[in-house]
Amino acid sequence: MTAISSSRENILDRIRKATATVALDGPNLEAGYSSIPREYERKGTLSDSARIALLIERLRDYDADVVETTPEALSEAIREKLTESGRQTFAAPAGLPVNWMAVEFRWVIDNGLSHDEIEKTDGVVTAASCAIADSGTIVLHHSAREGRRVLSLLPDWHLCVLFASQVIETLPEYFARTAQAPTFVTWISGPSATADIEMTRIKGVHGPRHLCVILVRD
Amino acid sequence: MSEAIGHPVLDPTTALPFPQAALPVLRNPQLRKNVAHAIDVIQTKRGKVVAEKADWQELRSAAAAIRAHVLENLGTYLEQFEAQCTAAGGHVHWAADAAEARQIIRDILRNENASEVIKIKTMTSAEIQLNPYLEAAGFGVYETDLAEIILQLGNQEPSHIVVPALHINRSQVREIFAKSMERPDLSDDPHALTDVARTYLRRKFLDIPAAISGANFLIAETGGVAIVESEGNGRMCLTLPKTLITLAGIEKVLPRFADLEVMLQVLARSATGERMNPYTSLWSGVTAGDGPQSFHVVLLDNGRSSILGKTKERQTLRCIRCAACMNACPVYRQTGGHAYGSVYPGPIGAILTPQLMQMKHAQSLPYASSLCGACYEVCPVKINIPEILIDLRAQVVDQERHRLSGILNPLSLGMRVAAVLFSRAWLFHAAQRLGRLGARLFTRKDGWIHSLPSVGGKWTQTRDLRGFPPQTFHEWFQNRPARNGMEGK
Repeated sequence: MTAISSSRENILDRIRKATATVALDGPNLEAGYSSIPREYERKGTLSDSARIALLIERLRDYDADVVETTPEALSEAIREKLTESGRQTFAAPAGLPVNWMAVEFRWVIDNGLSHDEIEKTDGVVTAASCAIADSGTIVLHHSAREGRRVLSLLPDWHLCVLFASQVIETLPEYFARTAQAPTFVTWISGPSATADIEMTRIKGVHGPRHLCVILVRD
Repeated sequence: MSEAIGHPVLDPTTALPFPQAALPVLRNPQLRKNVAHAIDVIQTKRGKVVAEKADWQELRSAAAAIRAHVLENLGTYLEQFEAQCTAAGGHVHWAADAAEARQIIRDILRNENASEVIKIKTMTSAEIQLNPYLEAAGFGVYETDLAEIILQLGNQEPSHIVVPALHINRSQVREIFAKSMERPDLSDDPHALTDVARTYLRRKFLDIPAAISGANFLIAETGGVAIVESEGNGRMCLTLPKTLITLAGIEKVLPRFADLEVMLQVLARSATGERMNPYTSLWSGVTAGDGPQSFHVVLLDNGRSSILGKTKERQTLRCIRCAACMNACPVYRQTGGHAYGSVYPGPIGAILTPQLMQMKHAQSLPYASSLCGACYEVCPVKINIPEILIDLRAQVVDQERHRLSGILNPLSLGMRVAAVLFSRAWLFHAAQRLGRLGARLFTRKDGWIHSLPSVGGKWTQTRDLRGFPPQTFHEWFQNRPARNGMEGK
């Protein structure tokens, strides 16, 4: 172990020597970082409705199923999608609003479910933290309404409820509003996919093969 | 895994020089067709999603500047990453070379009592030849990325860093799966093949207690790690096992979380031609109740720190492994990846491999390029690959210069003769006249030289040479008829 523990010092020493003439320290490092040119587009330019339309178009481009609804009709919209899926047992994060869980289905609430228990469900319903229209991305920070990471991974069918007020246009806007990095971040841009065989895009490998998004116009 | 014996390994220390290694590929039309098809698809998609971004060049400039800033201050950012990752409950290990990294990983697995391990695609683990080592040490190693499964079950080596099995077509995949999974009924429909992979891995994801990943980015500010992927196999490996080992080159750091706003915009578009890859995962350390409870990061040097010292060469380490350079490269398109004798093929491999090998191996790679510059044009972090290729060529020549073989080689002899001729005008003119006489012997009626003897044959083997003109410009200028008004000027 001595050789390995001295590797840290050896590697850092080699790096320090190699960068001796260019490395900055303290306030200079801060200034050097600040001087990085950032002339790319930071703020979106689209109207509210155009931004939502762009997100929907891009999610559909990834083969996600997107429907729109109003806050009043949300419970009913969820019920319709669950019925349409032909599935019976759904996993739910501990913080999922009760009125999202239509009573005619079997709900498995995650208060520390085992992986196998989650694996046995037919689908999962979660909320999201926000969505980025430009890249067609749904963002999970894994709060109580969004569930643990594994919860939206093992079930084959994922229904995500998103509110129009959560939709932002560009990636830089997302980072501007997420000043404090969350412990967990999962970005979902369409259902799982592969193009490893002859670059033919196949929807659905190991992650949920079906992604359904309900967009609530709030 | 008895098939592992005699398994070909892309090892620059034993690989043939590029021109020899490329020959079998050039004579394999199926392979060339597979490679060209895959590349055409990616290139078309990339072109479309890059054209959508009006600020593409500004994003490239920012990405290049962020990566350059990191490398100039790598020591500070690595220490910051280590401190933050440790504070979040992770363990950080430092590995000077491949052997040390392999040992560290083996020891972690032993300490955790894991006899099997699942893997997310990581080229860095291929660089250190981790799988054969762990298998020899008695571990069951399972690749989980579809392309990596194809390679592992088919006993093949990666030929591309993003789509490593792009040289294998669907009927070849069918054969590999049918044989190794005992499914002779399998069709060659990519959907069916993908389904088989899902079934094959499902139980492994749920049961195997340890995983190994690479890293796309390490975040110094938070101690977090970012991984981009498509299939969900990554998320499985990152969340299900009890133990997670992330192997990352020391150059993979970014200063801040927010720097991802640039890197993630350029990475997927450059790599797969998507606006965003299906899944991006970020996590910091260990959290009770969610994901692995034992988390290790192995920071790998393995020749990287020796690249840092030279200003031009330092650019090499900006690379974010998107593979846009190989997709754009006219040489890679013809030869595919294996000819480069390294897990890093294409233009980036041609500059990275010889440098990682401290210029002791892979000296033919800097010549595996036409210097057309397409790689530089598409590179999202603006690595001036042609400039580095030329620099490395100079280093190779310098190495050779003082050896007897170098002194006696025809190129070096020719250069020294040329140096003498070019230094004296009368000698140069005499040589021109002599050359013209000599060339006349080989010039055909159409004015072209189709075949030269000896060393000259190396040129005429693949291209014709224009015969010498009857007079040089100099001779014409001196003998031209005088014109009115031009005298004395």
